[in-house]
Amino acid sequence: MTKELTAEQKVKFYQKGTFTVGNRLVDADNRSVQASMERSNAITSGHRACQGCGEALGARYALDTAMRVTGGQMIAANATGCLEVFTTPYPETSWQMPWLHSLFGNAPAVASGMQAAMKAKGKKTRIVAQGGDGGTVDIGFGCLSGMFERNDDVLYICYDNEAYMNTGVQRSGATPGGARTATTMPVGEAYPGNVFGTGKNLPRIAMAHNIPYVATASVAYLQDLEAKVEKAMSLEGARYIHVYVPCPLGWGCASNATINLARLVVETGFFPLFEAEHGKVTATRPIRQRVPIEEYLKPQRRFAHLFKTDAGAEAIRKLQAMCDHNIAEYDLLREGEETLA
Amino acid sequence: MLKQLEGSHAVAEAVALCRPEVICAYPISPQTHIVEHCGELVREGKMGNCEYMNVESEFAALSACIGSSACGARTYTATASQGLLFMAEAVYNASGLGLPIVMTVANRAIGAPINIWNDHTDSMAMRDAGWLQLFAETNQEALDLHIQAFRIAEQMSQPVMVCMDGFILTHAYERVSMPTQEQVDQFLPPYTPQQVLDPANPYSIGAMVGPEAFTEVRYLAHEKQLQALDVIPGIAAEFKAIFGRDSGGLIREYETEGADTIVVTLGSVAGTVKDTVDEMRADGKKIGVVTVGSFRPFPSAALREAVKHANEVVVLEKSFAIGFGGVVANNIMMSLQGTGIHVHTVVAGLGGRPITMPSLHRLFDTALKGELEDMHFLNLQWDIVNAELQRQREQIASGPTAESILRNIQTDTARGTPTPAAE
Repeated sequence: MTKELTAEQKVKFYQKGTFTVGNRLVDADNRSVQASMERSNAITSGHRACQGCGEALGARYALDTAMRVTGGQMIAANATGCLEVFTTPYPETSWQMPWLHSLFGNAPAVASGMQAAMKAKGKKTRIVAQGGDGGTVDIGFGCLSGMFERNDDVLYICYDNEAYMNTGVQRSGATPGGARTATTMPVGEAYPGNVFGTGKNLPRIAMAHNIPYVATASVAYLQDLEAKVEKAMSLEGARYIHVYVPCPLGWGCASNATINLARLVVETGFFPLFEAEHGKVTATRPIRQRVPIEEYLKPQRRFAHLFKTDAGAEAIRKLQAMCDHNIAEYDLLREGEETLA
Repeated sequence: MLKQLEGSHAVAEAVALCRPEVICAYPISPQTHIVEHCGELVREGKMGNCEYMNVESEFAALSACIGSSACGARTYTATASQGLLFMAEAVYNASGLGLPIVMTVANRAIGAPINIWNDHTDSMAMRDAGWLQLFAETNQEALDLHIQAFRIAEQMSQPVMVCMDGFILTHAYERVSMPTQEQVDQFLPPYTPQQVLDPANPYSIGAMVGPEAFTEVRYLAHEKQLQALDVIPGIAAEFKAIFGRDSGGLIREYETEGADTIVVTLGSVAGTVKDTVDEMRADGKKIGVVTVGSFRPFPSAALREAVKHANEVVVLEKSFAIGFGGVVANNIMMSLQGTGIHVHTVVAGLGGRPITMPSLHRLFDTALKGELEDMHFLNLQWDIVNAELQRQREQIASGPTAESILRNIQTDTARGTPTPAAE
């Protein structure tokens, strides 16, 4: 591999003039680091992600930030899933950093082993682990909890698109109630999509481990995501960031709806953005313009059935109630506060 | 230095002499004393900068080993039984990634019915996972094999499982010769990985491979194991040059000269078999023993050579492929294809049932008389088996066999009939 093909490769911009590639049209002070041609490039172009993939966007911004703040002194562990598959079709790879994929359910433990190796060798190299919601909330949950409880020096990033997309959109523990997936097909009045269970709020579960840092982020707010990754990398011990990443294929939405849905999920209150340190919430992102949950549900085919039956209407009411609960819980409608861009 | 040590402690001290950098541990009987003593040695500062991690499962233990080994750290873990099966996915993964992890398996049965005692079902379940599998006969050999295992693993870029009989070896106090640090350092150079996760030279490891190359990847793993058939005896010879004793290697022969019947076995039971053979040889009976030291790679050629003058081979194994027969025997039959040597399978010692000299005498005498059946279960209590079969014929009901026969045995005991036990 020549030097030009490693981390030094120049960044290429294909979408000139959009706000998604580092806000290059705003004032220099307000620009994202992504606007710099000199920035690190964790995931290079040419990978096989779908058009409009929220996970590719989230992973690139998160890891670029981690690379920048560590000066490239980092190693990534990756769970099996879309991100792993679309970045490494053998014999190619998009990763411009040392990267290891082992199994679906073990990325946190692999990362724990990596940080132990770095400690033993007296190296300052930092470790980031990442996986989708299935790899994090379901099959990798035990390993993740163990990594948290030991307070191993690992930043774990979950890219949550609310189902097993890599295998064809099956339900995960992070799939919202009412959603249609390949294993929760809606059938008339009796079964309006996924069941409403008790929920599995992994950021709150992470907080219950009293780890140094927990944050939620959404790919609609990339500077916020960057700031949170930067904050996480400034701390030692176990850290967790849960990033909301729309999946056009699995959700049945247009590929240009990714950013809008990632914004609406926050503006409805359905996915509150917050930071927590040692189990206590330290910051939340207030809602700028509140919207009802229907605005978020309508552009997605996975919720289309909810608008056709009484049971669906009941499901929408439940989803709205969850938004209302979050808004109250995190005080998201508070006045007189400047919100993030 | 000669020391009186428990097998587990001897292994932990040998591992310490190998200067591991990361040890991951999750406790399971009968492996516990190994990882406990490793932890103690780390805390006492006797393992340098070694990081000792207590993790939340065996799956996590081997997964953490994968992470640390891929970062270029010399890595060790130990497990047994259910633990080995719980980490099975990572067992295959570690070998597929070519990571030279060394893992002790304190051999124990697999449930249900849950059973903590020794047999080889656990290691045999992982025989095709791509790891090298070395079986220890004594505590001295268990200790020595760990030192050799790091050399073999790092030279071959493949993980090595050192299998030692749970309780029989792990919990037995024996005199062992503990090497000096200087000797081990001379034998085992620092680990220099071929491919390592390093920001200065970023690699992607663990990419998805499709049908275009998967078979070749698998074949090359096989080829590597075949190469290990030369590497293992070579390293055993180097070991002897430095430490002054025979340990390891592919197979070991005992009284095979002029033997018409050769018993093939592996693990600690080889000692009892040899004692029995000694007595039989004294009576002029032509019987010998071959102990398999390396089960993976399987030393087919060496084995064929060792038994070529015998009429029959009796495979005595603590493992059993339900619905078929012997696991080790199956490997031996394939190795002896075309030789005309008759192979008998004897399944013995499952779930810790003692294998005693009197029963071995009876077994081997039956074999010498030409009366041993092809598939034999040593000391199987036919009265219990037949009673349960009879019950099942009379009363069709699903349910666990163990609970049914235990109820029958208890009833017999209550009536004053002594519970049938192994000798």
